[in-house]
Amino acid sequence: MTFIGKSVKRVEDQRFLTGKGRYTDDIVLPGMTYAYILRSPYAHAKILSINTSKAEAMDGVVKIFTGKDIAAAGINGVPCGWQVNFKNGDTMKEPPHPLLVADKARYAGDGVAMIIAESKEAARDAADMVDVEYEELDAVTNAADAVADGKPLVHDDAPNNMCFDWELGNPIDEVNAAMSAADHITSLEFTNQRVIPNAMEPRAAIGQYEDHSGKYTLHTTSQNPHLTRLLMCAFVLGVPEHKVRVVAPDVGGGFGSKIFHYAEEALVIWASKQLNRPVKWTSDRSEAFLTDAHGRDHISKAEMGFDKDGNILALRVKTHANLGAYLSTFAPCVPTWLHGTLLQGLYTTPKINVDVTGVFTHTTPVDAYRGAGRPEATYLLERLLDKAALEMKRDPAELRLQNFIPAFDGVKEEGYMTQVALQYDSGNYHGVLERALEMVGYEDFRKEQAAARDEGRLLGIGFSTYIEACGIAPSAVVGALGARAGLYESAQVRVQPTGKVSVYSGSHSHGQGHETTFAQVVADKLGIPLEDVEIVHGDSEAVAFGMGTYGSRSLAVGGSAIVRSIEKVLEKGAQIAAHKLEANPEDLEYAGGKWTVKGTDKSVAFGDVALTAYVPHDYPQGLEPGMDFSSFYDPANFTYPFGAHIAIVEVDKDTGKVSLKRFIAVDDVGNVINPMIVDGQIHGGLAQGIGQALFEGAIYDEYGQLTNGSYMDYTMPRADDLPSFEVDRQVTPCPHNPLGVKGAGEAGCIGSTPAVVNAVMDALAPFGIKDLEMPMTPERVWRTMNS
Amino acid sequence: MIPTGFTYHRASSLKEALDLLNTHDDAKLLAGGHSLIPALKLRLNQPAHLIDISRLDDLKGIKEEGGTLVIGAGVTHGEIAHSDLVKEKVAMLAEAADLIGDVQVRNVGTIGGSLAHADPAADWPALMLAAEAEITVLGPNGSRSISAEDFFTGFYETALGEDEVLTSIRIPIPPAGTSTSYQKFMQPASRFAIVGCAAMITRTNGTCDRVRVAFTGVADKAYRAKGIEDALTGKAYDTGNIEAAVSSAAEGVDVMSDHFASEEYRSHLARVYARKALSAAS
Repeated sequence: MTFIGKSVKRVEDQRFLTGKGRYTDDIVLPGMTYAYILRSPYAHAKILSINTSKAEAMDGVVKIFTGKDIAAAGINGVPCGWQVNFKNGDTMKEPPHPLLVADKARYAGDGVAMIIAESKEAARDAADMVDVEYEELDAVTNAADAVADGKPLVHDDAPNNMCFDWELGNPIDEVNAAMSAADHITSLEFTNQRVIPNAMEPRAAIGQYEDHSGKYTLHTTSQNPHLTRLLMCAFVLGVPEHKVRVVAPDVGGGFGSKIFHYAEEALVIWASKQLNRPVKWTSDRSEAFLTDAHGRDHISKAEMGFDKDGNILALRVKTHANLGAYLSTFAPCVPTWLHGTLLQGLYTTPKINVDVTGVFTHTTPVDAYRGAGRPEATYLLERLLDKAALEMKRDPAELRLQNFIPAFDGVKEEGYMTQVALQYDSGNYHGVLERALEMVGYEDFRKEQAAARDEGRLLGIGFSTYIEACGIAPSAVVGALGARAGLYESAQVRVQPTGKVSVYSGSHSHGQGHETTFAQVVADKLGIPLEDVEIVHGDSEAVAFGMGTYGSRSLAVGGSAIVRSIEKVLEKGAQIAAHKLEANPEDLEYAGGKWTVKGTDKSVAFGDVALTAYVPHDYPQGLEPGMDFSSFYDPANFTYPFGAHIAIVEVDKDTGKVSLKRFIAVDDVGNVINPMIVDGQIHGGLAQGIGQALFEGAIYDEYGQLTNGSYMDYTMPRADDLPSFEVDRQVTPCPHNPLGVKGAGEAGCIGSTPAVVNAVMDALAPFGIKDLEMPMTPERVWRTMNS
Repeated sequence: MIPTGFTYHRASSLKEALDLLNTHDDAKLLAGGHSLIPALKLRLNQPAHLIDISRLDDLKGIKEEGGTLVIGAGVTHGEIAHSDLVKEKVAMLAEAADLIGDVQVRNVGTIGGSLAHADPAADWPALMLAAEAEITVLGPNGSRSISAEDFFTGFYETALGEDEVLTSIRIPIPPAGTSTSYQKFMQPASRFAIVGCAAMITRTNGTCDRVRVAFTGVADKAYRAKGIEDALTGKAYDTGNIEAAVSSAAEGVDVMSDHFASEEYRSHLARVYARKALSAAS
C-alpha cells in the first residue's frame, strides 16, 4: 500500500464543501458577549478625550473599555518576535504596541475602545455613540519619505522614523570595486507595492474564562496557536501558560496574516475575566482591510554589474522597508533575513551587498505575506535580469542559463555557499528553465511575436527563475539572526490499541490539506489504510507544542517530526513483534503493515502488535507498555525550492489592458507527497503573484487614509483573469530531511510576479519602455505607451 | 458590517407597498438589494423601514405589447440576459445584462432597483437612454411615465418621487434594419462600468438613418452622446465615419476621475468604446 506520490482526494473537503467546517465565528458559548472595536478614523491623531457615557447607557451594552483602562490594568502591548539591530549594534527601536491606544492613534484602524454588548448589533450601535475627540496630526505613509528630516514622527523615540538599518553580504567597498570594473551596469528603482492579504475568513477571537479553575480558552483564527499562547501569556497578559488553552479550529486562509499575535486576542481573553463571561470579536471585511497585517511595501534601488560577456559581477541593493505604525510579530525579519539572504538567487554573483532601512509610517503594520521577503528578492533580481538582457541585447533566458549555479545534489556535491549567509541544499537550476522553455515553445513564440508586432499586436514573454528559503528553520541559526523563538516542530504519534493512529501535529492547516498529506505519510510509513489515520492539530491542549504553519514549513519540518515519531513506533513495534515471533528484532523486516522474519512467512501484523502494547500479558521483559511517541524535529538547514516561470501576455494598444495568455510554471519542491495538493498550492500561489503584478495594491492618500479598502475598489485576481496554468515539476530531493521535501506553499507566489511584469515589459519593448511600476493597470500601461 | 436597526415589511401588493411607503417617512424599497444592502451595512443609508417588493408578481415578466418591449421592474438581470424575446428584439439589453456583476448578482439584482439607484457606473442607464425607454412609475395619484432622458437627473439622482414605485420599463422595439451593441470596459474590482457604451443604429442601404449612442460610467450620470449621433446620421456606415464621429464621445460632460481611470484616460476610453459599440452594431 503506497500513498506517497498519489493524488489522494483531500479528506477535509467533505466537511468544507458541505458547510460542516467549524470556524471560530461559528462557535457560540453560553453567556457569550460580543465585542466591537472602535478604531481611529485618522492615521495620526491625539486622543483628547473619550466619552463613553451615552454608549454605556444603551440597551444591551455590557461594558466599554478604552486605552486608559488597558493602561491602568498594567497590560503590556503586543510584542515583536524578531530583533534586528542597527548596523552600529544598537537595538532596533521597539516602541510599545498597545492593545488599545490611550493618547495617540498611529494609523487609521488603531483600536481606541472595545464595546462589549449582549449582541454584535448592540455593540455596533453603541460604537456610534462613543464620543472621541481627536486632534488630527500630519501623517507620513511612504517609507522613503518618512526617513527625511522634519517628517511627522510615528514614535517620538524613533528619530527619522527609523526602526533599524541593516546590511548583509560582502563589504560595500568590495562590491563598489566590482561594480566599477563592470562593463555594463543595469539599475532599477522600484516599489514593491503594499498588498492586503484578504484571507477568505476574516479574523475572529473568542475569550473564555472559568473563575472556578482560573483557566482561559482562546478560540482564534491563527496559523500558530501555540506561539499566540506563548506571546500572550509571557509578554502581554502575564497569565500562566498552563492555564491557557488556545484553539485554532478550522481557519479559512491566512497567507501569513494569521501568523501574528494580534491585540484583539489578548483583549477578548482579558475582558472575559473582567466580565466573567465569554467575549467574541469578529472582524468585518472593512476592518480586515485596515487591521490584518499587510504585506511587501519596499522601495528599492538595485544595480547589477556585468562583464562584457554578460557574467554577473556584483549586486548592490538599497531598500526602504515600510513596517507600518507598529512592529507586528515577525515584521523586522521579512525585509532583512528573508529578503537580503535570497539576493544570490540562482546566480553565481560573486559580490553582493544589501542595505535595508526599516521604517515606521502611519499605516497598517506590515509583516509576512505569502513568500515574505523572498518575492521581493526575486522580483528585484528577475526584473534586473530581464532589463539587463534588453539593455545588453542578450536573450533573457540565455543570460540566466549562463549565470546559473551549476547543479549539485547536496550529497555527493556540497551545498552551495552564497554571499548572503545561506547554504543552498540541492539544486538543478538549468533543468527547470530548460523544461519551461521547451513547454512554452520558445523559438516558435518569438516568431509568433514578430508576426504579431507586424500586425500591430503587442505580445510579450517574461521569465522568472527563483529560489526560496523554506522549511523554516534551524533554531540555532534563526536564534543567531534575531528570532525570539525556536523554529522546530513537534509531532506525537499515538497508536491506539486497535492499531488506529492519532497524530498530533504542531503544524496548523488553514487550507493546505495537512489532514490528507500528513495522513498519507503516516499510512505509507506504517503500511496501514489511510482512514486508519487521524491528524489532530490546532489545539494547545491536544498538541504538545507547535510553531505553526508558514514559510512553506509544514511538511519539511512538521512532516519530518511525524516521521521521527513513526520511526520510534516501528522500533518499539519491532521489539514486541520479535517477542511474539520468537525472533530477534534485527531479523525482522517491516513492510505492508506487518513484521516478517526475514526469509520466512512468519509475520505479525501492526494491529496485533499495537494491541499487545496495550494488553501486555505476554510481553518483552523490561519494555514499557503503550505505543505513543513524541518528537521535536529541528531541521539541519532551510530547504530551497526553486523553479522557472514563464508568462505570455498581450497588451491592448487601445486600452493598455494586459491579458495573460499563458503561464508556464516548472517548480522543484523536492519530493512530492500529494501531486494534486501541490498543484493546488502552485495554482493558488500563481494567482496571488499575478494579482500583485496586475491588479492589487493598497493606496493611501496624503492623510494616511486607505482609499481602496473594499472589494469594490481593491482588485483581487479572479478566475476569468487567469489562463489555464501549465505546470510541471522537476524533483531534486532535499538531502537533509527524512522526506526529501522542500515545501510548495509559497513557490507560485514568489515566481509569478516578475514573470508577468517582465512579459509586459517585453510586450512594450517596441515603445522603448524599460520600467513600469506594479500593479500594471490598464491606465498605467496606456499612459506609458502614450508618453 | 451591521446595519442600523429597521422594521421589515413585506408588501403583498403594489398598493400595499405604496401605502407603506406613504405611511412611513423614513422608508426604502427593497427588491434585489444588491445596491441597498451594502449601503445599509456600511451605514451609508440608515432607513427606519424596509419595504420588500421582491415578490410582487406585478413587477415580474418580460413581454411584447404592440411594438413595445415591457420589462417589469422586478425582473432580474439574469432573466433579461437569458430572454429570447429580449435577444430577438433589443439584443444589447441581453448582452449588457450578461456583463453585470457575477452570476449571483444577476440572479437576484433587478433592473428596476438598478435604475432607481442610478449608480453613475451602472450599465442600465446607458441602455435606457440609447433605447429611448419610458420608465413607468406608480404613485399615490396613479401611474406616470418618464422618459429615460428625463429620468436620470444626477449623481445617484432620478426623477422618481419619494412616494413612487418604479413598476416597469417600456422600450420601443426598433424597426427592421436596426442593430445594437453594448460594450463595456469594466472596473476590475467592482466590475461596474468605467465606460459603458450602448449603440443602436438603423440603416438603409448602408446609410445610417438613425443613431443612438449613450454612455455610462463616464460622467456623474449616464448621457446620450448627441454629437456622435448627429455626426453619423445620414452618413455611410464605415470605419472612417465612425472614427470621425466618436471624437466627441466625452465632450460636453464633466468626466469623472478615480484610481482606475483619470479624466483623460476615461475620455479616451469613451472614444474607444464608442468605436467598439458602433462597430459591433453591424
